[in-house]
Amino acid sequence: MNIIDRRLNPQGKSLANRQRFIRRARKQILDAVREASAKNGIADAEGERIRIRGDSLREPQLHHTARAGRRTHVVPGNKDFIEGDTIPRPPSGGGRGGSEGSPDGDSEDDFHFVLSQEEFIDLFLEDLELPDLLRRQITTAEEFTPSRAGYTTSGSASNLNLVRTMRNSLSRRIALHRPRGAELSAIEAEIAALGECEADAERRRELTAELERLTRRSRRIPFIDPIDIRFNRFQNIPRPATSAVMFCLMDVSGSMTAHMKDLAKRFYKLLYLFLSRRYRNVEVVFIRHTHVAHEVDEQTFFHSTESGGTIVSTAFEEMQRILVSRFPREQWNVYAAQASDGDNMPADNAYAVSLLETAILPSCQYFAYLEVGAEEGRYGGPTELWRAYQRVAQSGHAIAIRKVNHRSQIYPVFRQLFSRDRSTREEAGQ
Amino acid sequence: MSVTTDTLRIKAGADWDFTQLQSAHDEIEAVALGEMGLDIYRTQIEVITAEQMLDAYSSIGLPLMYRHWSFGKRFARDESLYRHGLRSLAYEIVINSDPCIVYIMEENTMAMQTLVLAHAAFGHNHFFKNNNLFRQWTDAGGILAYMEFAKSYIARCEEKYGEAAVERLLDAAHALMSQGVSRYPRRNFSLEDEEKRAAERRAEQQRTFNDLWRTLPGQRGPARRPTDAAERRRLLGLPEENLLYFLEKKAPLLKPWQREVLRIVRHIGQYFYPQKQTKMMNEGCATYVHYKVMNRLHERGVLDDGAMLEFLHSHTSVVFQPDFDDRRYGGLNPYALGFAMMQDIERIAERPSEEDRIWFPEIAGSGDAIGHLREAWANYRDESFIRQFLSPALIRKLRLFSVFDDGQSDLTVRAIHNERGYRQIRGALADSFDVVRQEPEIEIVDVDLDGDRRLLLQHRVHSGMVLDQGDAELVLQHLATLWGYDVRLAEVDAISERVLRTHDAGAPSR
Repeated sequence: MNIIDRRLNPQGKSLANRQRFIRRARKQILDAVREASAKNGIADAEGERIRIRGDSLREPQLHHTARAGRRTHVVPGNKDFIEGDTIPRPPSGGGRGGSEGSPDGDSEDDFHFVLSQEEFIDLFLEDLELPDLLRRQITTAEEFTPSRAGYTTSGSASNLNLVRTMRNSLSRRIALHRPRGAELSAIEAEIAALGECEADAERRRELTAELERLTRRSRRIPFIDPIDIRFNRFQNIPRPATSAVMFCLMDVSGSMTAHMKDLAKRFYKLLYLFLSRRYRNVEVVFIRHTHVAHEVDEQTFFHSTESGGTIVSTAFEEMQRILVSRFPREQWNVYAAQASDGDNMPADNAYAVSLLETAILPSCQYFAYLEVGAEEGRYGGPTELWRAYQRVAQSGHAIAIRKVNHRSQIYPVFRQLFSRDRSTREEAGQ
Repeated sequence: MSVTTDTLRIKAGADWDFTQLQSAHDEIEAVALGEMGLDIYRTQIEVITAEQMLDAYSSIGLPLMYRHWSFGKRFARDESLYRHGLRSLAYEIVINSDPCIVYIMEENTMAMQTLVLAHAAFGHNHFFKNNNLFRQWTDAGGILAYMEFAKSYIARCEEKYGEAAVERLLDAAHALMSQGVSRYPRRNFSLEDEEKRAAERRAEQQRTFNDLWRTLPGQRGPARRPTDAAERRRLLGLPEENLLYFLEKKAPLLKPWQREVLRIVRHIGQYFYPQKQTKMMNEGCATYVHYKVMNRLHERGVLDDGAMLEFLHSHTSVVFQPDFDDRRYGGLNPYALGFAMMQDIERIAERPSEEDRIWFPEIAGSGDAIGHLREAWANYRDESFIRQFLSPALIRKLRLFSVFDDGQSDLTVRAIHNERGYRQIRGALADSFDVVRQEPEIEIVDVDLDGDRRLLLQHRVHSGMVLDQGDAELVLQHLATLWGYDVRLAEVDAISERVLRTHDAGAPSR
């Protein structure tokens, strides 16, 4: 007998099967994930229990239907039945005989299982991408990493690629029939072995002439020619900035209700999750404003109210100050999301827009404006701020503006903003 | 073998270690091989964690398995049930291979490990090695190497032809897996045999030639057609019950790698077919062996009283059989029935009653219980075992009764545990363990070679048990994909030959 301890064997043998399974049930899982995310916050999803419909996961087998046919069941535990007794049929057709059952014990239509948090968020944010990311990264990146990029005919000696060079040299020597060393030495050996007789002298002359011809040839055709030489080529690839900062701007004046703040919070959370999937580290800066703006911590940002007027430009000023002092452009990708109910002091609109156009947008990768409304969605035409931003958007700046009234709209709006399919994104932006 | 009782004393709840495991194994071996005369494959015991146990579950118990989403599905479900405490894991998994691999869980206590070793490494192992079905249909020595081949072959196919193509093929093959089993040894037709047969037939015709037959009227022309059809069926090897085999050999559009994959799935189905037919006996045998061994170990002082109680606790929960009106009832427990029947045979052999002497004259009072059991384990399967050995005493003990269900009106009690009912109950119970009766009887009967190459299948319907419509259509669709042309399944009543229903599936457009 052998005892083998397998406990330390690599775990996760079934991972490949699990991936295939998730891919198979992708559509149903996606629906379930979105449904689940509407119910509870996603950031605090600690591995989500998912229920999906079993249709595409069905493994059909040929088996007898439970609904027809004559069967005899043998059952234990007779108490007082005697031959010929009748037992009323159990309600759910077929009767619960012991000997039958579904083919693989898998009769339930719904299928429950647990997605890990990683899988959950992957599916949740599937198909989303950061707009215009690459272009901005290249223009702003300051750091470069050399990376191998083929071969070149010129370069420094330290980059000489010997294998390539010798390969070229060899093929050229073969093609031009450069005599090999072994051939020359064979002829030399034969000459040395020849005697002094007449026939040998004749042969000697032949061989000497041949040897001379070959030697000349090998002198004319060099062992390594400059055209053989190859160098490793390196290309400088700009290293993308791996840090991002996300500015959350929010109006906290009295007109913003708890409901509106909740909408804004959900949006910020999504954005944060999304960014943290794409960047190694993501910093979040919270700026709230009334008629003055402050940088605050998360708790204060979402939960304390202030009273006062509403001047949007103060928030932009604050944001710009923080950008300049803490987040140099070449090292940080900047994202900003502003949430407001659309109120602004009319006199401030022009200044806010010009600040946005000249200072904020050029330094931002992406700017999203989310206008949050009351749940009932009373609609009184576009607000001043909305109209002002719309003009900015139409003049071709990287700004996305959306209106949200209900919690359930957050996720669709978010998907529109970052959808990989450009046409839907732009269409939605109009 | 010297018995060294003072080196090993198993206490209740104690942790195990490798040396103890080894000496427990030796102690069990002394009892199982020395006293009970079991005959086993070499064993290989592998200690695994709960997660690895889940892995083993999902790959239907084989240590190596190719990749397919359905195993991922099984894993996800088992894991979910396990994590939420709805189901506990098995203590062991045993594989019918040579050497016989026994997986045991690291969480088990020492007493449990001893139980598991006796149960799996000796009980199941003996059954695998000696039962006729396993000997005839499975190749214990080759299965691991074969699975290794299957796994890498399918992985190579995935690389070469794409995961999607392989997945579609495996889906279709899995749907037909339970119809991919040969129930009778196949006759191999070789050209030589065929020619010999043809020559014999000619010789026979010449020998019995009688010119008188020629003069009989009305036997010419049209009579040839059915012979053609019969000849065509014979050449195609029809009727054929093993759908996967037929497709592998005869489907016109499959590529060689697809045939090989069908073959792999078919082999795996065939490998598990004996297990389906002997589930109750196999568990009964293993349970009987562990019960005997543990009691002997207790008598010899290897197991102390606490450990014995721990063992009895899990033993009784394994062989617990709730009554039909109990909320926990979920059919006859194969462990309970199997164990009860084994013990009953022991009782008949050693302490028979008058009744037993009438019912079982060959074994009653012979005194050689283990001999009769070994004989039964080797030569029977669940169905025939019940038909042969279910005694009136056991029917009374379990208070078995049979209920007839015609699918419409109220259920009728047909037989109870009395003199008139014993044989009927025994027959009905044996039938319910008969895999051939429980699974639909489906055959490929013909191919319309003159027309559109439609594959014709027939389901012989017994007692009005027709197929489940939804699943049948899905399976037929898979079948049509493999066959490449249309497929029709007719459900024919076995007695009246009346066609009850037909299912059709069209070939996928190419």
